[in-house]
Amino acid sequence: MAERHRDDVRPGPLEPYRAIFASRVRSQLAYRTSFVFDLLNSVSFGLLEYLEIYLIFHNVAILGGLDRAESLLVFALARSAFTLADLIAGPLDGIPQHVRAGTVDVLLLRPLPVLAQFVLGDVNLRRLGRLALYAVVMAWALGEVPIAWTPAKVALVPVTLIGGAAIFAAVFVVAGAGQFRLLDGGEFANGFTYGGGYVASFSGQVLPAPVRAFFTAVVPATFTGYLPTLVLLDRDGPAGLPAWLGWFTLPVGVIALAVALLLWRDGLRHYQGGGG
Amino acid sequence: MTSALWAYARAGFHRYATYRMATAAGAFTNTVFGMARAAILSSAITTSAVTAAGGRVGGYTAAEVVTYAWVGQALIAPVHVFQWTELADRVRTGDIAVDLARPVDLQLSLLAADLGRAAYSLLPRALPPMIVAALTFDLALPGTPLPYLFGLVSTVLAVTISFACRFVVNLAAFWLVEVRGVVGTYVAVSNLLCGLLVPVSWFPPWLDLVARMTPFPSMLQAPLDLITGRAVGPHALTVLATQAAWVAITVILGRVVLAWATRKLVVQGG
Repeated sequence: MAERHRDDVRPGPLEPYRAIFASRVRSQLAYRTSFVFDLLNSVSFGLLEYLEIYLIFHNVAILGGLDRAESLLVFALARSAFTLADLIAGPLDGIPQHVRAGTVDVLLLRPLPVLAQFVLGDVNLRRLGRLALYAVVMAWALGEVPIAWTPAKVALVPVTLIGGAAIFAAVFVVAGAGQFRLLDGGEFANGFTYGGGYVASFSGQVLPAPVRAFFTAVVPATFTGYLPTLVLLDRDGPAGLPAWLGWFTLPVGVIALAVALLLWRDGLRHYQGGGG
Repeated sequence: MTSALWAYARAGFHRYATYRMATAAGAFTNTVFGMARAAILSSAITTSAVTAAGGRVGGYTAAEVVTYAWVGQALIAPVHVFQWTELADRVRTGDIAVDLARPVDLQLSLLAADLGRAAYSLLPRALPPMIVAALTFDLALPGTPLPYLFGLVSTVLAVTISFACRFVVNLAAFWLVEVRGVVGTYVAVSNLLCGLLVPVSWFPPWLDLVARMTPFPSMLQAPLDLITGRAVGPHALTVLATQAAWVAITVILGRVVLAWATRKLVVQGG
């Protein structure tokens, strides 16, 4: 009875998204061995990033005003946010290939937003392996650093992760929008996406002031790890970067996403076909 | 044979010279990472109380580690420390059968093409980051020509080792359907051990021992040490000799594995 009833009803507005997402998940889980290798591969790159910090602190005690555990908290917050964004919006990296292959035309013909199709069309489940690693690092770091916990600070951790993911997702969307014009220059975007992700995972104090300003005001990378960590630790920021900004990761993320969506529309309007 | 290889090298050069925008974009990304890495590593030295060791960490002053970070960014495109699956893709699609039927050695022809690629990428990928570096940081570069000459020879050897290793890893495609995991793991391990993240002299003893048993320090740390004048005189020659030994080992390994793999190859159709 329920089965028959279902056939009569038009699918809900979210049904196409669910169908695309589910098909992507199924396709990635279809080849179990390959997927396990992909997960391990993802973890090994996370380990590589961790080792970079481990090796620096094998030689020095303080980096940019933070000790090892504090630095690992910045690292875990920023990298988790970046990887969450990459999990969702990472496929936007491949826009030049889509333009060349002419598959953007197909996406434009479907009655769904192009951005949603890009985003859902290539969800990378293997990134989950790296997220698990960051979760372990974050749990360890949170236990290790001296934080005077308040309810607001407890709430700040998950809110920062969501806001940070929104910030990096916005960076991916803006970079993706730019690729409609750049194509062969698609790697320009890497400087902002991966470069921003890299800068975010270290103390913002190490950066020269103009670079720090850029990665706070233009690409808001310091909001994803460094500034919230300063708030948690009740520390002051370096000159020109007040620590209280660390409370505002989520609003910054929302604004960044809104700006990114506007730029995306503009970028898509410049799409002129693959020339095929 | 030699003229055929020369043609491959020229083709490798021109193939990448076509994409100027991509080259500029790559140089931009190298510059962003150079800026970040130089800032992080120099800050590690200047802010930590290491005056006991003359302001050095692992043998590096702040200016030296900045130079290391920037020259490293300048070299990673020519040496190609990234993912490379061209050969594996040809194995997967079966195009490798055509390659093997050609009257020119597979490994040497691909090596020639890769050296051509490296020759093209050297100046446009290395100069922009180095110019930004010179404008924004105090660099510790030698003022005499010899270190740069040694550095150039060392870079050619480094590209050769890098190619020979990528060649072997790609041959895994003869046994595996999907080599992405293998190639990715190789990139992670080699990036760590070649001295891209921190100088090899910053490694704890156990990791230093592991690194020495691999060709990876010869892929990046070696040319870095020669260009920046850390390795001079007899030490410089030792570094070059070590690299030459790794060239021999990795190239021979590639030939052995290829011979083994082709015995397994069954070409369908025809």
